[in-house]
Amino acid sequence: MDRHRRRVGVALAGLVPLGFLGVFFAWPVASILARGLLVDGALDLGGFAEVFDSDRTWRIIGQTLAQSVAGTTLAVLLGVPGAYVLYRCRFPGRAVVRALVTVPFVLPTVVVGVAFRSLLVDGGALAFLDADGTFAAIVAALVFFNYAVVVRTVGAMWAHLDPRAEQAARALGASPARAFREVTLPALTPAIASAASLVFLFCATAFGTVLVLGGPAYGTVETEIWIQTTQFLDLRTAAVLSTVQLAVVTLSLTVSAWSRRRRETALRVQSDAETARPLRRADLPAVLVTAAVVLALLMAPLASLLAGSLRTPDGWGLHNFANLATNGQRSTAEPGLGVGLEVSVWQAALNSLRIAVDATLIAMVVGVLVCVLVTRRPHQPGARRALSVFDAVFMLPLGVSAVTVGFGFLITLDRPPLDLRSSVVLVPIAQAVVAVPLVIRTLLPVLRSIDERLREAAAVLGAGPARVFTAVDLPVLGRSLGLAVGFAFAVSLGEFGATSFLARPDRPTLPVVIFRLIGRPGADNLGMALAASVVLAAMTTLVIGLAERFRVHSAGAEV
Amino acid sequence: MTGHDGATGSGLELREVAVTFGATTAVDDVSLCIEPAEVVALLGPSGCGKSTLLRAVAGLEPTDRGTVRWAGADLRDVPVHRRGFGLLFQDGQLFPHRDVAGNVEFGLRMAGVNRAGRQARVGELLELVGLSGRGGRRVASLSGGEQQRVALARSLAPRPRLLLLDEPLSALDRGLRERLATDLREILRRTSTTALYVTHDHDEAFTIADRVGVMDHGRLLQIAPAELLWRRPADEQVAQFLGYDWFVPASALGAARPRGAGPDDVLGLRPESLVVDADGPIIGLVVDRHRTRGGTGLLVHIDGVGTVGARAPGTAVPGPAARVRLRLEAAVTAVLPPA
Repeated sequence: MDRHRRRVGVALAGLVPLGFLGVFFAWPVASILARGLLVDGALDLGGFAEVFDSDRTWRIIGQTLAQSVAGTTLAVLLGVPGAYVLYRCRFPGRAVVRALVTVPFVLPTVVVGVAFRSLLVDGGALAFLDADGTFAAIVAALVFFNYAVVVRTVGAMWAHLDPRAEQAARALGASPARAFREVTLPALTPAIASAASLVFLFCATAFGTVLVLGGPAYGTVETEIWIQTTQFLDLRTAAVLSTVQLAVVTLSLTVSAWSRRRRETALRVQSDAETARPLRRADLPAVLVTAAVVLALLMAPLASLLAGSLRTPDGWGLHNFANLATNGQRSTAEPGLGVGLEVSVWQAALNSLRIAVDATLIAMVVGVLVCVLVTRRPHQPGARRALSVFDAVFMLPLGVSAVTVGFGFLITLDRPPLDLRSSVVLVPIAQAVVAVPLVIRTLLPVLRSIDERLREAAAVLGAGPARVFTAVDLPVLGRSLGLAVGFAFAVSLGEFGATSFLARPDRPTLPVVIFRLIGRPGADNLGMALAASVVLAAMTTLVIGLAERFRVHSAGAEV
Repeated sequence: MTGHDGATGSGLELREVAVTFGATTAVDDVSLCIEPAEVVALLGPSGCGKSTLLRAVAGLEPTDRGTVRWAGADLRDVPVHRRGFGLLFQDGQLFPHRDVAGNVEFGLRMAGVNRAGRQARVGELLELVGLSGRGGRRVASLSGGEQQRVALARSLAPRPRLLLLDEPLSALDRGLRERLATDLREILRRTSTTALYVTHDHDEAFTIADRVGVMDHGRLLQIAPAELLWRRPADEQVAQFLGYDWFVPASALGAARPRGAGPDDVLGLRPESLVVDADGPIIGLVVDRHRTRGGTGLLVHIDGVGTVGARAPGTAVPGPAARVRLRLEAAVTAVLPPA
C-alpha cells in the first residue's frame, strides 16, 4: 500500500517537469526540425540545399563563427591575467573590482548593445573610431559580456592551486615564465577550456547585442532566424538555420560538459589554503592589462550609457527619464510609420516585472522538482538509469538559444491543441524554459553535497519521504533557493531572444521597448532608450546583488 | 502496515536473506535470529557484506530473496521510516543545521511526542551518554567522540525496537574507541536495547556483543557466543579471521595438547599461544626473533609441527639456532573440528 503510494508520488513529481519540458521545449524543437526537414510528411532536404546554396547563408555562418572565435580568444587572453590579479593577488579594493567585473555579465544583452552604441555613435566618446555597426564593435561587446566568465571560472581554480608545485619548479631551475608555462598553465587548462567552451556558446548564440550593434550588413545565425521569421516570413529558412544552430549548440555543450567534468576532477585535488599574496613588481604587466580592461572595456560603455541618458538637448538633466512616462517621440516626417510606442516605458517596465514574477515561479517549481528527483537514489537499476537520462535532458535547454525557443513557440503554440498565441502565459513560459537550467545548476550542486546517509538517518528515525525533504534537503538548500530565485528573476527581466518573437505589441517588456526605441529616428527616442537601459540595468543589478547575498560559502556547498 | 502472518517469533529473524548488486552478491543467504535485549555483532573484513546486511534490515537496501521479520511479522512492505529501528552510522551523520537537542529530539518529533515529553527524554538521553547540559551546543563544535555520543542519543531517543550500529566507533582514535566501546556496552545493557552491531574490530565485537557472527564474501560463516566462537571456531577460515595464524594437528603436541581437544582435532595457534617457559613440555628451535610490545616475538621450529610463532617474556631471549622449552596457553588456543 505504502510503497504503491510512494511510487505514485514520485511519478507525479517527475511528470510535472517532464510534461513541461515536453510541451514547451521538445515539441517546439521537434516542430522546427520537422519544418526544416519534412515536406508534406516526407523527408526532403531541398530546404537545406536551397539555404546552403545561398551566399548569404555562408556569409552569416562565417560571421557567426568568426565573431565566436574572436570573442572567445580575446576573452581568454584578457581574462587569464584578470583571474591572476583578482584571485591570486591581494590588494585593497579587490572585492570592489571583482564585483565590478561581474556587472557586465548580469546586464541584459540589449543594454550591452545600447551601451556600446552610445559610445560609438555620433556624439559618443569613441565616435572618431567610426566603428558603429562593425565586426570589431560586436567582438568588443562580446568580450565585455564574457570577460567575467573567464575571470571567475579560471580564478576560482587558480585561487586553490597549491603554489608549492610552482615553487618546486622554480627551485629546480625554471624561470618564472617557464614555471608558469610548464606547471601552472597545464594545471589551469581544464578551467580555461571549460570557460572557453562556455564563452564560445554565449558568443555563438548572442542575439540582443548583435541585433542592436550590427548594421544591416551584419548578421549571425541567431539574428538571421529572427529576420527570416519576422521580416521575410520565410519560416522554412528559419527552421533550417535553427537546425544548424541546434547542431552548433549541442557540440559546444558537449565540449563544455566534458571540460567541466575534467575541471571538477581537477578541483578535488586542490588545497583550501589561502594562496593570494600581495602584489609584486613582477605582477605589473598583468595588473596593467587588467586595469586597462576594467577601465576601457568594462567601465567606459557603462559610463557612456549613464552620461548619454542624462544628456538633454540643452545640457544635462533628467529629461530622458521624465520621457519614460510617455509613449516616445512621434516622427513628424512620416506620420503613418512614426507613431509612438503602444505603451509608455514605465508600463513596459511594469509588464517586465509582472512577467518575471510568473516566469520565476514556473522556473522554480520545475527546477526544484527536477533537482529533488535527480538526487534521489532509487534501488531499482532501471529507475536509476531513467534518472540519469532525466538529468541530462534538463541540461539541454541551457545551450539552446532563446531565439530557437521563441521561434519554436511561434510555430507550435499558435493553433490547437494548444493555442497560446494571445495568452498572457506564453512569454513567462518561454522565459521559464530559458531560466530552468540556471535554477537547476544553482541548486543541484547543493543537493548533491548532502550525504545520502543524512537522509537515511532521518528516514530511520521515522521521517517519510516528504519529511526527509523538509527536514534535510530544505534547510541545506535554504539560501541557495534565494540565489536561484534571483537568477531566474534577472534572466527573465533581461530576456530578449524569445520574448522578441512572442511579446504582444500592446504588452511589450522593457528590453523589447528599448529595442523598438533604438530603431526609431529622433534624438528623444535615443535618449529614452539610454534612460530605459539604465533603468533595466539598475533593476537586474539590484536583483542579482540581492540574490548574491544568499550565496552559500559554508557547508562545502560552493555554487 | 502488513498483516501478521502467525506471530511465531520474537525479536529479529532473518531467513536466507540475499542482496545483489547487478552481478555481485553482497549478502548470500544469511539466516540469523536476535532475541529481545540481545546484542549481536557481525565481524568481517571490509566488503564482506556486513554493512549491506545491516542496511537491508533497516530497509535501506531491498532484499532479493529471503525474509526479514520482526516479532514474526514480515517487514517486506514496511518502509524505512515505519520500521521503528534505530541506525547509527560510522560518522554520526548529525543534522548540521540543528543543535544537539534538535538532533536528539528529531525521532521524537517524527513520532509526534509533545514538547514537554521531548524535553524530558532529551535530557534523559544526554545524561545517559554523558553530555548533560550540552543540548544547546552546535553539532559542528563537538569533537568526534561527542558527535558519536549525540548520534547514539538520537538513535536511542525514540526507543527503537532494534538498534543497528554500522561501525560506530571506527572513525575514532584507539583510546577513545576503547573507552566508548565500554560505555556503549553499558548503555545498551542498561536500556535493554536489542542491537545488531557491525564492525571489523575483534576487540569491539567481543566487548559489546553477547553473540558474534563472522561474515565473509556475503556468507555468515559462524555465529556463536563470543567465548565459544573464540575457543571453538567452526573452521580454519573463521579462525584465521579471528587471528589464528597456524594450524597444527592436536596429536602432534602429544600430551601437551589442551584439555577438551581430541587427538583428531586441529589446534589454531596465535603468536601468544606458545610461551617460552623453562619447565615447558614442548621443545623448539628458534628460527627468528623480533621485539614486540612488552616482550619478544619468536618464530620457532617444532618437530612434527612445523614453524610457528611464540612469545617470550622480557628481552633476554636466546637467538637463532638456540633450543627453547615452550608451554601451550590453552586460553588463547583454538580447538577446531577435524578438517
